[in-house]
Amino acid sequence: MNVAAAHPGFLSPTGVEITFVLVGLATLGAAVLTVTTRQLVHAALWLVVALGGLAVEYLLLTAEFIAWVQVLIYVGSVVVLLLFGLMLTKAPIGRSPDADSENRPVALAVAVVAAAALVWVVVDAFRTTWINLHGAVQGSSRATGESLFRHWVLPFEALSVLLLAALVGAIVLSRRETAEPAQTAEPAQTTGSAGAARPGGGTGTGPTRAAGAAGKERD
Amino acid sequence: MHLAYPAVLAALLFCVGLYGVLARRNAILVLMSVELMLNAVNLNLVAFDVWLRDSLHAGQALTLFTITIAAAEIGLGLAIVLLVFRHRGSSDIDRLTGLAEPRPGAGPQPPDASSQAAVPPQGGGDEKAEATA
Repeated sequence: MNVAAAHPGFLSPTGVEITFVLVGLATLGAAVLTVTTRQLVHAALWLVVALGGLAVEYLLLTAEFIAWVQVLIYVGSVVVLLLFGLMLTKAPIGRSPDADSENRPVALAVAVVAAAALVWVVVDAFRTTWINLHGAVQGSSRATGESLFRHWVLPFEALSVLLLAALVGAIVLSRRETAEPAQTAEPAQTTGSAGAARPGGGTGTGPTRAAGAAGKERD
Repeated sequence: MHLAYPAVLAALLFCVGLYGVLARRNAILVLMSVELMLNAVNLNLVAFDVWLRDSLHAGQALTLFTITIAAAEIGLGLAIVLLVFRHRGSSDIDRLTGLAEPRPGAGPQPPDASSQAAVPPQGGGDEKAEATA
């Protein structure tokens, strides 16, 4: 039963719409589990579900290239990076009771208020707007590639330079501890770095590592 | 397809990410929530690009750029988190109070807070040495 004859109504959803809503519900549930679960590794795995669901949504919106890039970059590399980060920071495997901070009620209130405001505005603004998914596919690989390398070449190249800078920066940040002993040999620096490394001594390996670094610096 | 579906989904995902950023304590979980927020923006860009039938494909190009920037952000963010973890032995955001002003009327401080509060001069010198190196 159509509400209006001019455009499709809410009451006659197409198959694409039903699929979109179902996948959207799964994506939203996975996202909520990502931010509420107390097991850190499970949060990363639920993030995989949420990002994969978003890739399906891109496919339903006929943006196939974006969908595969999403799968490659997010599910393939970002989540693996996050898992490595969890591993390298010695994240507990089981349930960690202090995964949420004390300001959780405030965060919940802010999120609920923001969600209510955003959903109200968006629904009010786009209540009578429909996407025409028929006709020429808007997001095929051919169309995306042509526009990217015809109209967006300069931002594309600038972004590649930025990505290179970010990679170099990440490498420099990560290998600071091994690069420092070769450059600073003053005893004042030695005591300074040993003192700075001491608060990390709660893990047990901290003092020995600091002592090893100090010993390496004196060599 | 009704445009409200992707728009509402993007808004809800953004708010879920907002909640995660505000409520989580582990820095890596905060980074995950930031990824959720960026993905909500991507969904909006794609949906409006398909709706407007943009001849420049601006929405999809910007989505690709956002994904690239998110990858760079996650790499740099994880490097910083690892550096903080190496220095402090913890990646909890609540405990990184080295730059906070000591509140006179504050309650009993955790035992490691005092030792961290004693560090900043040395840590500052260390950062300076790192910047000049």
